[in-house]
Amino acid sequence: MLGDAVTPVQFVVQTRGLTRSFGALTAVDHIDLQVATGSIFGLLGPNGAGKTTIIRMLTTLLPPSAGEAWVAGFDVLHQAAQVRQHIGYVPQMLSADPDLSGYENLLIFAKLYRVPASLRRVRIKEALAFMGIAEAAHALVRHYSGGMIRRLEIAQSLVNRPEVLFLDEPTMGLDPAARHAVWGHVQSLWRQWGTTIFMTTHYMEEAEALCQTVAFIHQGRIVKTGSPAALKAEAGEGATLDDVFIQLTGESGEEGGSFSEASRTRQAARRHG
Amino acid sequence: MGRSRLSLRDYLGQTLAVAEAEVRKLRHDPIELLTRAIQPLLWLLIFGQVMNRLHAIPTGGVSYEDFLAPGILAQSVVFIAIFYGLSAIWERDSGVLAKYLVSPAPRWALVVGKALGSGVRSLSQAVVIFVLAVLLGVHLRFEPAAIIGLLVFTLLGSAVFATFSLVIACLVKTRERFMGVGQLLTMPLFFASNAIYPVALMPSWLAAIARLNPLTYLVDALRALMLVGWQSTLGLGTDLAVLSIVLAVLVAVAARLYPIILG
Repeated sequence: MLGDAVTPVQFVVQTRGLTRSFGALTAVDHIDLQVATGSIFGLLGPNGAGKTTIIRMLTTLLPPSAGEAWVAGFDVLHQAAQVRQHIGYVPQMLSADPDLSGYENLLIFAKLYRVPASLRRVRIKEALAFMGIAEAAHALVRHYSGGMIRRLEIAQSLVNRPEVLFLDEPTMGLDPAARHAVWGHVQSLWRQWGTTIFMTTHYMEEAEALCQTVAFIHQGRIVKTGSPAALKAEAGEGATLDDVFIQLTGESGEEGGSFSEASRTRQAARRHG
Repeated sequence: MGRSRLSLRDYLGQTLAVAEAEVRKLRHDPIELLTRAIQPLLWLLIFGQVMNRLHAIPTGGVSYEDFLAPGILAQSVVFIAIFYGLSAIWERDSGVLAKYLVSPAPRWALVVGKALGSGVRSLSQAVVIFVLAVLLGVHLRFEPAAIIGLLVFTLLGSAVFATFSLVIACLVKTRERFMGVGQLLTMPLFFASNAIYPVALMPSWLAAIARLNPLTYLVDALRALMLVGWQSTLGLGTDLAVLSIVLAVLVAVAARLYPIILG
């Protein structure tokens, strides 16, 4: 989805003092981030830490209260349309339309992203095969399992070919087998296309499996950034990323979170079946 | 995909893609269209026939059943479209809407696409009611120009009320509140219009409201386009202009409000 005037940028996502308040609550508090082009970046933190709010600002769904952010070289506030042309987004909730088939879901979005008619059919077929859901292509999505829906949503980015793919808690509510399958597909997508992946998660093993760089967020602030290996080494011998998480946030990662976060988690889990 | 600047043709493609999704859903589940046809059927068969015997309503030289048929088409268009916002709330809850809003399609293209999708649903109602009216012996116009006009006004009317519904959905945000407001609105919209009786029969305060009600302009046009020998009271040009302007304003408002439904 590259525009003609776009030159490759070293940091495909950059924020400076990015802040978002909801009334008296500051959900995201002066965040500075730099995500290298072509990397898999993980934003880690407990429920309610501000991860989804950051993704919603970066994907132009929510205007920042203060600060700036650039995605693919465009300002999220003043060049929202250009930003949207260059990104893919898989929300926390399962967002494929259950009343359409998998093929139709991809077709409609291919048209919204202006994938040329001559490429659409081939790319959709390839994407469905790549994600291992070719056989279910013409079944209604309401009959898909949670893992299949996730793979369909990621398949969409193979059709649109965004520069950055935002994955918000990509495996929340999935069983271990489905989770590992999604990880495998994210990795092969990244290897094959070099798409930058910006993901949030509160599962530390997920971050270890996928991310080259992680940033820990706690109460709206970035408290630590680095590679999983470096952060573990820093935390002490034999430390796991879970240990780092607990040290930095004082939480186990399984607790905490606001009511709406928790209800969203349940809603997603329900849809995963 | 090498261009950053989008042309009108791109926007049209995006608008049609949104509408296409709606049409494809209907194709997967056409039962909905049949169940929707029951209510207008009851109005025409029961209400229409009884009132026809009463001769209580002056209908300008046509039978009451003739007079009623376009009114019931308009009613069915409004009753379907006015609950359209509910699907936006459902799409918000299911995460589908967020993905539409992150797509490169401008907000207004999404809104117009949705409105067109609602229009397609209404076209199927128009076909059902038209056939029913033929069976009931309503004196219908069959000239191609009149039928095309009928379809255009059905689409336009549906788009107006579907977009109005979307605006309400963006403001009230929850399906419970939406159902309350939707039900609160449908009957006044219907009764403060010329759908089942002429404006001339109304007390002056109600007639004034009826003149502000877009449904009145829809019914006026549908009656002129459907019935043999019926003259439009307000003028087809006026009907078209009023409905188009109302639609343009509503699309502008809905496009602005659309993202706030995410909360």
